[in-house]
Amino acid sequence: MTKQIKLQVARYRPEQESEPVFDEYEVPCHSDWVVLDGLNHVKDRLDGTLSYRWSCRMGICGSCGMTVNGEPKLTCATFLADYAPGPVRVEPLRNFPVIRDLVVDLGDFMEKLVRIKPWIVRSEEKPLASGEYLQSPEELDEYKQFSMCINCMLCYAACPIYGLDPKFIGPAAIALAQRYNLDSRDEGASERLEVLSEHEGIWGCTFVGECTKVCPKNVNPAGAIQRYKLTAALESVKAFFLPRGA
Amino acid sequence: MAPGAGHYTAYHPRWLRPHVSTYWWLRRRSYFAFILREISSVFVAWSVVYLLLTIDAVGRGPAAYQDLLEWSRQPWVLVVNLTSLLLVGFHAVTWFNLAPQAVVVHLGHTRLPGFWISASNYAAWVVVSAIVAWVVLRG
Amino acid sequence: MIKRSAEPLLWMVFSAGGVVAALVLPMLLFLFGVAFPLGWLTPSATHLASVIGHPMTRLALVIVCTLSLFHAAHRFRYTLYDGLQIKHLNEVIALLCYGSAIVGSAASAYLLATF
Repeated sequence: MTKQIKLQVARYRPEQESEPVFDEYEVPCHSDWVVLDGLNHVKDRLDGTLSYRWSCRMGICGSCGMTVNGEPKLTCATFLADYAPGPVRVEPLRNFPVIRDLVVDLGDFMEKLVRIKPWIVRSEEKPLASGEYLQSPEELDEYKQFSMCINCMLCYAACPIYGLDPKFIGPAAIALAQRYNLDSRDEGASERLEVLSEHEGIWGCTFVGECTKVCPKNVNPAGAIQRYKLTAALESVKAFFLPRGA
Repeated sequence: MAPGAGHYTAYHPRWLRPHVSTYWWLRRRSYFAFILREISSVFVAWSVVYLLLTIDAVGRGPAAYQDLLEWSRQPWVLVVNLTSLLLVGFHAVTWFNLAPQAVVVHLGHTRLPGFWISASNYAAWVVVSAIVAWVVLRG
Repeated sequence: MIKRSAEPLLWMVFSAGGVVAALVLPMLLFLFGVAFPLGWLTPSATHLASVIGHPMTRLALVIVCTLSLFHAAHRFRYTLYDGLQIKHLNEVIALLCYGSAIVGSAASAYLLATF
């Protein structure tokens, strides 16, 4: 008989309750099982009504972010055995509206992501015949860390500023803007600056640093934001002294 | 279909929007450490005020300065100043540790490791403190 | 066209103030707030007067006080804004914080100019 571990899972079914409740399930605690395996066991064998998101189960799709014992985690990367003897409390990702059970609405982030233009912006595209945009390894290293973002939203769940003011553009959006700003092929830095220099842009960040702590891909969004504050501040100084643009 | 319209229909469920508690900063140790760091700003301001009180006293002569020293020896003033010293020091340490996040230095094509930014800040701190002490005591 | 906002300037002053406060205030506070009152070191008032009276010292002190006060005001403003969730009082908070910093800076400038 394998060891069992208790999962306390938040349930929210708007058609029958207005406040979340916790259902308890005993799942096997295999040494190589993650919280997601536990949830899948619940759905397969114990309670088919449980709703949650998951996909790749290997930490690259960013779908399975939830709050595990108060911490934002990817449930596919969080081992049950680490929480033995339990219980393990599984709740939906914080700071997002909950649609049902463990499913949250990420529409706010999606809207913000589009606003920062997460694509290579060029004033003039090179014709196809002239070949690829070449980039040296050093130029790649400039932005590579920020390109590792899997949009899992753990950083938004950890950020107290976003929790207090949902208008704040948030860590991942700024890190992704930096991914393109620092890409040698991109020419869209000034377009992104317009969006990011609003009051709920980068200036809302007070460098709590939680976003970097919880990021499963070591993107370091806090670093991206602080670095960008310096860039944006210097840009505003330049704009003040040279209004027509240097 | 407006997201989070707040009413329940058969085709749009009522989304749950948990409210963030006023005591959110007590929920995690890192949040508390963050607020402590931010509160250090109050003690930075107090340090400036105390400095100005001292300058004013010195300017009014030795008697006024002795009165200020007497006043500063009172337990509550000492506690406030010791707390300020601790928190201003905490500000300095957290500031130097976080400096590399904002300041990225390139030597040619390679990036200088953040350690050197912090280390140079700490070195500057030692040098400046020594200069301040020398100016005040010997200058 | 980037909307002209005060935030970048305020952040730069905050940063400069943070550096200055971190480098200078600990030793100053140790000496004047702890060491001298407790008698660990006893420079005379006349000696201190001559040190402070020097024009370079006075200028340095005005800069230290002004930048530190604005650093504190900026940080405290955001703490009130975020910590107490009183966003709707945003303008009032900003006025109180930066206003106090302006008053304090003016006081330090006056004090040191007339020393």
